[in-house]
Amino acid sequence: MSNWEPVIGLEIHVQLKTRTKMFCGCELSFGEEPNTRTCPVCLGLPGTLPVTNAQAVRYGIMMGLALGCEIAPRSIFHRKNYFYPDLAKGYQISQYDIPLCRGGRLGDVRIHRIHLEEDAAKLVHIGTSGRIHGSDASVVDYNRGGTPLAEIVTEPDLHSAEQARDWLQLLRETLRQLGVSDVNMEEGSLRCDANVSIRPAGSSELGTKTELKNMNSFRFVMQGINAEIKRQIALVEAGEPVVQETLHFDPSSGRLSSLRSKEEAHDYRYFPEPDLVPLVATEEMLESARAAIPELPAERSARYESDFGLAPETAYLFSFEPEWGDYFEKATAGADPKATAIWVTELRSRDGRSVEPGDLAKLVSLVTAKTVTAAAARTILDKMVAEGGDPAEIAEREGLTAMEDSGELEAIVAKVIAENPDVVERIKGGNAKAIGALVGPVMRETKGRADGGEVNRLLRNALGV
Amino acid sequence: MLELTAAQAAAAIKRGELDAGEYFDFYRERAANDQLNSYVWVADERPELDTSGPLGGVPVAIKDLFCTEGVPSQAGSKILEGYRPPYTATSVAKLAQAGGPLLGKTNQDEFAMGSSTENSAFGPTLNPWDTKRVPGGSSGGSAATVAAGTAPWSIGTDTGGSIRQPAALCGIVGMKPTYGAISRYGMIAFASSLDQAGTFTRDVTDTALLLGAMVGKDPCDSTSIGLPEPVKLPTRKDLKGIRLGVPEELSGEGIEEGVLKVFHETLDVARSLGATVETMHLPHSPHALAAYYLIAPAECSSNLARYDGVRYGFRAEHFSDLLGMYTATREQGFGAEVKRRIMLGTYALSSGYYDAYYGKAQKVRTLIARDFDNAWKDFDFVVTPTAPGVAFELGAKTADPLAMYVNDVCTVPMSLAGLPGISIPNGLSDGLPVGFQIAGPAFSENRLLDAAYALEQAIGFDGSGAFA
Repeated sequence: MSNWEPVIGLEIHVQLKTRTKMFCGCELSFGEEPNTRTCPVCLGLPGTLPVTNAQAVRYGIMMGLALGCEIAPRSIFHRKNYFYPDLAKGYQISQYDIPLCRGGRLGDVRIHRIHLEEDAAKLVHIGTSGRIHGSDASVVDYNRGGTPLAEIVTEPDLHSAEQARDWLQLLRETLRQLGVSDVNMEEGSLRCDANVSIRPAGSSELGTKTELKNMNSFRFVMQGINAEIKRQIALVEAGEPVVQETLHFDPSSGRLSSLRSKEEAHDYRYFPEPDLVPLVATEEMLESARAAIPELPAERSARYESDFGLAPETAYLFSFEPEWGDYFEKATAGADPKATAIWVTELRSRDGRSVEPGDLAKLVSLVTAKTVTAAAARTILDKMVAEGGDPAEIAEREGLTAMEDSGELEAIVAKVIAENPDVVERIKGGNAKAIGALVGPVMRETKGRADGGEVNRLLRNALGV
Repeated sequence: MLELTAAQAAAAIKRGELDAGEYFDFYRERAANDQLNSYVWVADERPELDTSGPLGGVPVAIKDLFCTEGVPSQAGSKILEGYRPPYTATSVAKLAQAGGPLLGKTNQDEFAMGSSTENSAFGPTLNPWDTKRVPGGSSGGSAATVAAGTAPWSIGTDTGGSIRQPAALCGIVGMKPTYGAISRYGMIAFASSLDQAGTFTRDVTDTALLLGAMVGKDPCDSTSIGLPEPVKLPTRKDLKGIRLGVPEELSGEGIEEGVLKVFHETLDVARSLGATVETMHLPHSPHALAAYYLIAPAECSSNLARYDGVRYGFRAEHFSDLLGMYTATREQGFGAEVKRRIMLGTYALSSGYYDAYYGKAQKVRTLIARDFDNAWKDFDFVVTPTAPGVAFELGAKTADPLAMYVNDVCTVPMSLAGLPGISIPNGLSDGLPVGFQIAGPAFSENRLLDAAYALEQAIGFDGSGAFA
C-alpha cells in the first residue's frame, strides 16, 4: 500500500437554501407530495423561459468569497444537453467555460471552481430494489427539478480517504455556517463525487482516474474511496490498466459497479443558454456578500490556536460549534484561556448553555487559584447548570472549598486506613495499585474538597510504601 | 365592416358607431368559414369584450405557437397535437389587456421552420391571391387571414423572415421589431436568440397600434428589453433628409426581375418624397444564410429536446424501453423539415465540430451586426426587396430545402443582427404582391414606422383584391 499514493479530487453538489428554485418562482420542496412544487417553467412546458434566482447568485458569490475564489465579473450559463426523464427540458442549465468562481482554497485543498446550475428531478423506481435495474416502472417527481445547486470542484490535492472525509467535514461546516445550504448528506442537500487515481509514491504524474458517485454519507465517502484505491492497486499490481469510467458505490455491499465507460460518455453539446443574459457580479453585490460572511471554521480555529494557545482539537471543536466558540471567548475575558477551554468543554458536555459566561469564568478562577479542586468544581458546575448561582457561594454553602488545613485531611486518611484493614493488607503484600481503593473513600469523606495528588501522598506516607 | 382597417374599427367602436360584439361575430363567422386553411382553431363564442383599451375590442388572430391557456397551441406539429397549455403567453395577455381578444389560432410551418406553411402537420395554408400558391411562412396562416379579411389583424413570429416574407407574399404589412422589444415568454421556441414576435396588418397605422400593445420588458423573459419610448401612430408624409441605403448584396443577383422592377419603382417614389437613395455594401451578408442555418438549427436541436413523450403531447404507442419510446415518439411526431434541422443542429454542436460550425457561425453573426453598425453611420435605413420572388406554387420547393431557404436571403441578415424590419406591399408582379423591406437600427421603431407610413401613402397599394 505504501508504494502507491492515492490522488483524490472531489466534486461537491450543494443545494442552496433559497426560498425559490433556480429559474422559476416555485418554492423549494422538503418532502411535499410529489409534483406539487412545480410550474410551467420547471416542468419545461413549451414556451417557458428561465429567470435567474438572485439569491442563488448571492449565495454563490458568498461561497466563492468564503473559499477565497476569484468572482467572475461576467459569467454565463450554458445548456448541457441530454435526454433523461428527470430533465424536463432535455437540457440542464449549468455553467461551463465561464463559471461564477475560480481558484481558491480551503485548508490544504485548492478549489478549482464553483459554478451554479439547476438540480434534476427525482426518478422513483417502483419495484423491490429501488434501483432502475429490475424495477417494474419509473415515475418522476419534479419537485426537486430546478432546485439551485452550486457545484464545487477541488484540485486533486487529497491523498487518503480519511483526509477526504475530514476535509469534506470542514467544507460542510463552512457552508453550514455561511448559511447557504442545509448541507445534509443523507437528504441529498450535500452530494459528493470523487475522482480517484493512484500513482507510484513520489511520482508527480497523474494516473488514470475513475469517478465515484452516490456516496451519501461521510462514512460512505471513506468506504467508497478506500474500496476504489484498493481496487486500483490490485489492478495495477496485476499488470492491468485502470480504465476511465464512472462507478456507482453500493454501501450495503461495499462494491463498486460501472455506470459508464469513457466511450459511453455523453456528448453534452454545451452551448451558451440563449434564454439568459450574462450574470454580472457588480461591486455592490460583492460588497454586500462580503459583509454577510461570518468568521468561518478555518479562520476561527487558527485564531484560537494562535491567540489563546488552544490545542488544535479544542480549537477545532469551538470552530465547528461556533456558539461554544463564542461562549468560550466571553468566558475567557475573565479567566485563563486554556483552563477556560477545559471548563467550557465540561459545560458543553452538560448542555449547560444557561450558565452565564461570567459565572463560568468565576468558577475557572476558583480552580486556578486552588480555592476549589477540580472534582469539587464539577459538583459546583452541576449545581450551576441545575439551579444557577454564583460558584463561590455554592462552594461556601455546600462546603466544597478546598481543604487548607492538612491536619483535617490527615485525620480522614488515618480514619480510612483504620476502616479498611484488608486493603491495607493487600498493599503491604506488594499490591501497590490497591491504594486506589483507599483514595475513593477519602475523596468521598472530603466531598471532593481534597486535592487528589495530596491524598495519594498522605496515604503512601502513612502506609510507608 | 370588412372595409375598415383595425384602427378605424377600434375608433368607430370607441365613438359608439360600431358594436364591438357584432364586429367580433362578423370576423368570427368569416374565420370559421375560411377556405384557405389559415386557421387551426377559431373561437367558438364571443368573449366578454372590453372596449376601453387602445385596441377597442378588435379581435386578433394568433399564430399557433403562442401559448393560449386552455386553447390548442400546437406549433403546427403532430408532436403537440391537442396540447392545451395551462398559461397564456405574455404578448397575448398584453393584447387581451389592451382590448384585443383572441379570434383564432393560425396555421404555420411546424415549429416555425419553413417559408411556405407547407410544413404544417395540419395541412398547407393557401395564398388568398392565388390558391394554387403558398402564402409564405412560417407565419403563413396569420398573413393569409389578414390578406383574405378573415381577421382584422394578426400576430406571428419572425426568426429569419417568418413575418416579413409571408407579409410580402400576401400583400400586407408585416413587422418584426428589435429583438427583445416583445416578450418571448409563451412563444413555443424555435431559435431563442432569433425568435421575435411581430404583427400582420393591412396598413402601417394598424401596425403601430398593435405593436404598441405588445412591446415591453417582461420579468418572465430575461432577454426582453421593451422599447425606449412608446410606439407612436405614424404621421409623416415625406422622407425629406432620409438617407436610404440599398445593399448591393441583397438587391441584385438572385432576385426575380419582376420583383426588382417594383423595387426600383418604389426607390423612385422614395426619392420623390425627398429621400436620398444610395447603393452600399453589407459585405458579410452573403454569408448570412449559412450562419443562420447553423445557429437556428443548433438552438432548435436543444429547444425541441423537451418533446420526448414523457410529460405532454404525442407519445408513440409501441416501444420496449425508454430509448425506444424517445425514438419512436420523435420519429413519428416530428415532420421531415424539423427532423432535418434537429440533425443539422445536433451535428453543429457536437464535440469536435462546435468550433468549425456553431463557433464560426457566431463569429459571422458578429461581423454581420458590425456591417449594420457601419451602415448606420451613413444611412437612416437599409431597404431591400423583402423576398427574392413572389408567391410560388404549392409543392414547387418542397423537394429542395436549399431553394426554400433562399426565400429568406433578404430578411435573415437583420434577424442575425437583432434589428427591426418592416415589409410593406409596394406593387404587383404578374398579378402577385411584392414586398418592400425597410430595416433600421435597434430601437428605431418609431422612425421606421414613420418612413413606412410615408411610403405607403405615396404608393397607394390596394390589397382588397384578395378579400375572400
